[in-house]
Parts: sequence; structure tokens; C-alpha cells
Amino acid sequence: MNGSKSCRDRIAKQIVDLPRSGIRDFFELVNTMDDVISLGIGEPDFVSSWNIREAAIYALREGFTSYTSNLGMPAMRKAACRYVEQEFGVGYDPATECIITVGVSEALDLILRAVLNPGDEVVYQEPSYVSYPATVQMCFGVARPVVTIEADKFALDPARVEAAITKKTKVLLLNFPNNPTGANLTLPQKEAIAKIAVKHDLLVLTDEIYSELTYGERTQTIASLPGMRERTVFLHGVSKAFAMTGFRIGFACGPHELIEAMMKIHQYSIMCVSSLSQSAAIEALQHGKPEMEKMREEYRQRRNVIVKRLNEMGLPCVMPEGAFYAFPRITGTGLTSKEFATRLLQEKRVAVVPGTAFGASGEGYVRCAYATALPEIEIAMTRIREFLAGLQQG
Amino acid sequence: MDATTLKAQILPLLQRNARMPEQEIADRLQTTPETVAKLIQEMEKDKTILGYHTFVNEAKTGQAGRVRAIIDVEVQPERDSGFDRVARAIGMFPEVQTVNLVSGQYDLRVEVVGDTMQDVAFFVASKLSSLEGVRATATHFLLKKFKESGFILQEEEKHERLKVVP
Repeated sequence: MNGSKSCRDRIAKQIVDLPRSGIRDFFELVNTMDDVISLGIGEPDFVSSWNIREAAIYALREGFTSYTSNLGMPAMRKAACRYVEQEFGVGYDPATECIITVGVSEALDLILRAVLNPGDEVVYQEPSYVSYPATVQMCFGVARPVVTIEADKFALDPARVEAAITKKTKVLLLNFPNNPTGANLTLPQKEAIAKIAVKHDLLVLTDEIYSELTYGERTQTIASLPGMRERTVFLHGVSKAFAMTGFRIGFACGPHELIEAMMKIHQYSIMCVSSLSQSAAIEALQHGKPEMEKMREEYRQRRNVIVKRLNEMGLPCVMPEGAFYAFPRITGTGLTSKEFATRLLQEKRVAVVPGTAFGASGEGYVRCAYATALPEIEIAMTRIREFLAGLQQG
Repeated sequence: MDATTLKAQILPLLQRNARMPEQEIADRLQTTPETVAKLIQEMEKDKTILGYHTFVNEAKTGQAGRVRAIIDVEVQPERDSGFDRVARAIGMFPEVQTVNLVSGQYDLRVEVVGDTMQDVAFFVASKLSSLEGVRATATHFLLKKFKESGFILQEEEKHERLKVVP
């Protein structure tokens, strides 16, 4: 038969339409090169602390290798809810209001699939983590970015949020501290956004994966504000704070009906999260705080150094409040973000991520992760300084 | 930031790397190298900082043949000073690296270093055991060092991360 389809024709429309992650192209370019200092890595450079690794080894040695409850091991859910109550001041019932997921990524996918009907709109801040608009699109939703700007220290302006809301808006998706800008929200900003959510009857998804890595005052979660608990799904995990990215443990806490809807999808697509990883995550949540605090202090000090260096060399950079990213402006070079990142990589072997990987409004910026040892950061800063000097001469 | 807070942040950095430049400490803690130098001097003066220790991997220096031993010492406590006089007397010997008062069957735990096993044995027999107030000793020669001062001597292999991660 000559009527057979090409493979491309077999792919569903919303997947064909999905843009390739800008970060992927860049990753492939970096991978062809040696001697690269990478400030492009969005994960801790620390290894999970030994007690956490040992907990996973113990679980393995004890033969703890079977499926767990769909929602996650009861002990894991209990540890998660207890942690959220202690650290964030919001109580959830481990039996009905918590689900353990494969990182926050899966939790976000679940909740969006659970609540979006085709055409429903999701308002979220931009620049944003790369998967937000893509996940919304895969759920047949419409992603409505609200731009955050340097003059506001990349905090979300409540007025802009309100302006983005239409009759079709169903969800408000927040990520503070933010990847890639490191921005955080003040309590008044959170209160203003919470009021908007109540006024327009929106569901709020708050991705607080970087919460522990806050360097100034850690303001309370939006889930704890008046009228918010019943309309908020709190997304968190152990990847960043406890340096456990490879374990893939996230969790969602929220009203029972929403968790139940997420569970329906999760039970058919994932079944349950790795039992070994859950065992390790329990150890992290119960006993990981001292090591976590040491890592946070190291990130904070690296942040101070990298931001000072970037500003000194003429790349204006807001002091990030959290996470481990600096987001300097590179417009003074006359290059686009992509040109800057590509040429810096090719000419000086330093990898940074073009701001446009995080949305169109990231143009004019690059993301420099400081989840890399300080001596490496210093070498990278020297190379960037040389790169800038070369640009001026050229 | 006030001096007390800064001092508390400077100390762990120096404990990890006593040779960390003042400029780096200043940049990490958002202050000036002059302030860092001043605070370190203050801490040296008031004996918060007692000294700077060079942590040597003896396997690489030809000093690997040196012998170390932990000596447990049972002491007859004294009416006024308890264990202090004997502890001090033991600590005065240059062969002695550390002296701690410990709980348990023995009272003092002493670390001694010498060129040969005979040297250490001789020191224990002739100097330490014969001190007034020392009732008994038990000597443990160290065979292999795995970790010291928080540093693991055989570091685990570093796992390479992906070069770009969103």
C-alpha cells in the first residue's frame, strides 16, 4: 500500500505543535565540547547526604522492593504532611490529602490533567520553569504567561495577574522562589495574589520546590492565607533542598477531591513511586535539616559572590532571594540571549542557559546556576569577563 | 551585619579552609576584606582562634612510618583539682597530641605520636605511667586512618552531572 502515513503524521497534533525545549538544543551543543564549566545545571552539586543514601541502601537490603500504595507509603505521606505542617504551617491529612509523585513534575502534570478542560486557561509567571507552558498545552489548556520584570525584582505584579484573567481562567500557577530568576514574593504580594484568586474563584498551584533555599526572610506559603487552603494545591519535593534530584520524589498536598482526582491518573499511568526512593525521602524529611542548612549557607555565600562579580563586570543582576540561579541582563552586549550563550560557550567554554529557554520575556537575560563549587564559578566569571572584553574590542 | 554574626560565619569557613583569602570570605559574606581581617585578628587575640592546622596526608610525605597511639589513662583524682593537674602534666609532653577527659572505665584519652612503636611504648612506660596520680594505662596503636577532622581520606569517586539541566 502506498497510502501509509509517515511517522510524523502518526503523532498527535498537540505533540507536533509542542515546541522543543530550548534547553535541549543547547544541551546537545554543550555535550559536543570538552573542558566546559557549566553554570547551566539546575540541580544541586552536592551528593545526597549519607544518612539519606544509607536509608535507601537499608531499604534495598531489607528487600523492600515491592509496590507501595498508589498514594505513596503511609509512612512517607505522614512524613510529608508532618514536614509541611512544621515547616509551612499548613496541616493536611496524610490519608486523604497527600499524594507522593515522581518529582513535582509529575504532580503538576497530574493536577493540570485532573482539572483542565480543553480551552481552560492557566495563568503563570514568566520567565518560568520550562515545563509549565508545555504541560498546560499537553493537557489541552491554554498557557497565559504574566511577565515579571527586573524592575520588580522579577516578583509577580498582582495588577498584571488580574489583567491576564479571563472568563476561561481556571488555574493560577506560581513558582516562588523562582527558577530561573531566583525571585520570591513578599507577604503583601502573596496576600494581594490570594485575594485575586478568591475574587475570581481560581485554583492556585504553588510549586515551592525551592522553598528551603530562601536566603532572606521566608514568608509563609500562599496556601496558609485566608480562603486559600481549599483552593490551593501545594507542590513540593525533596530534590532541591535535600540534593536528591535522582530519587525523583515530589508530593502534592491539597483538598481531598483534588488529590483523589490526581490519584486516579497516577494509579493508571505510574502506579506508585519507587519504594526505595520513598524510604530515602522519609529519612530526608525527618532528619535532613542540619545537612540541608549547611548546603543552603553555601549557596547563599556563592550567590553573594556570583552576583557581585556579574555586576562588577557590567552584567546587571538582581540579588536573587532564593533557589540557586542568578539571572543577569546581557542587553549591554548587543547580543541576543541565544547569541550570548552560544558564543560564550564556543569562545570561552562556559555554559549558561539563554533566558529565552524560560519564555519569550527571558530575552536579554541568561541563567547562571550557582549550584557549582565556588572555585569553578570564579573561573567561569573570569572567562565571562574575558568574553565581554573581547566583544568590546571586536 | 553585626560583628558577632559575622564572626560566627567566618569561623566555619576558616575551619574548612584556613587559607581562604580574606577577599573571598568578604565576598561570600557581603563585607570588606578589611573587616574580615580585623575580626579574625580579634578572634586570634581573644583566643577564639587558637591556631591554624595543616592537615597532611602522611602517606604522601614519607612520614607514613610515624606511629600514633591512643592511650587510655586511669587517674587518681585529687581533692582540689580533680583530673586537671595530671591532664596538664601529660599534655606538656611534646609527644602528646591531644588530651581529653572522657567518661567510662578510663579517665583520660591521650593521643601520642612517635617515630617507632618502641618510642611510643617507651614513652608510655617511662613517662606516662610513672606520673604521680596515673593508676593504669591501655595503649591502642592506630593501624589505618579513614577520617580525620571531618575529612574522609579516601574520597568517593565524583559522579558527573548532566551539563545542562532545566
